[in-house]
Amino acid sequence: MDTARFADEEAAILQRCRQGSREAFEAVVHRYMKDAYRIALGLVGNHDDALELSQEAFYRAWRHLRLLEPGRRFFPWFYQILRNLCFSFLRRRRLRHTVPLPTYEGQEVTGADGDWFDPDALTERDEQKQAVWRAIGKLKPKHREVIILRHFQNLTYEQIAQAMFCNKGTVMSRLYHARRQLKELLEKGGLEL
Amino acid sequence: MTCEGWKDLLMGYLDGELDDEQVRRLEAHLQSCEACRKELDGFRKLVAIADEVVPQEPEDKIWQQYWSGLYNRMERGIGWILFGVAAIALLLAGGFAAIREFIQDPTVSLLLKVGVVAMLTGLVILFVSVLRERLFFWSRDRYKDVRR
Repeated sequence: MDTARFADEEAAILQRCRQGSREAFEAVVHRYMKDAYRIALGLVGNHDDALELSQEAFYRAWRHLRLLEPGRRFFPWFYQILRNLCFSFLRRRRLRHTVPLPTYEGQEVTGADGDWFDPDALTERDEQKQAVWRAIGKLKPKHREVIILRHFQNLTYEQIAQAMFCNKGTVMSRLYHARRQLKELLEKGGLEL
Repeated sequence: MTCEGWKDLLMGYLDGELDDEQVRRLEAHLQSCEACRKELDGFRKLVAIADEVVPQEPEDKIWQQYWSGLYNRMERGIGWILFGVAAIALLLAGGFAAIREFIQDPTVSLLLKVGVVAMLTGLVILFVSVLRERLFFWSRDRYKDVRR
């Protein structure tokens, strides 16, 4: 389906959603549920939390649908709800499960998100892939986010910039720091890059 | 430009996101800079490895149940709101009636009445204080807004 026709069709469906049609919202959910799940999984690291957070994000989207201006696409708006929910969840999880540490030379302490990155969440579980998955879990959330959008969602820099409310230069810079950190973590774990 | 200035462009180069002019300038720099070439090679390997990491899709039955789970949540949301409002109203009305009856009861000693009223007043103060604190932090939570 071409982009313009897809957008027109979505606008019509969203209009029906605003009028309270649950059938129309079901169509929206079916269109985006897998993307929502994959993004949440990449951010929080395990199946159950990803499923719960993605469903909660759809529920909140349904409740606040009036805030989505007519003519705007659903997913970029929904993505903000989903990422905010996931980031809040990560902060709560870190507060619950880690002893607060003082910051060191201005470096933010990342917490222990990597421990929650379940190896069973991968299709193939060889040692190298598990190491990458765990290392993604150790990145700062903002770095993890850009890695997920680029590698799991295959978004272009333009699309990532729209999702993260920044410009393409910032995406490139953030991706550089994220990949460098990922590389360092993997090298520390014994992988040669 | 120093090597530091080329770092971000290495990403765009790897991901095919640079325009022709940027590619030409970066490739000219790479020809003369071994450190950047080495770093690019390392990132190329990393990207290849990271692209192979594919999260597992849930089973079909999970997707089939996804909407029904969400539908229940939407329905229960309305139910919980109504239940919460009604429960608070009933508790307040019942509580006030019980306290009034208790205070007006001539068989209860004055000391007991004062004690109970003081305890309830303390509870209300604590509740209001906690509520106020929650509202204070909530109003400063930068993740609370969902609108775009």
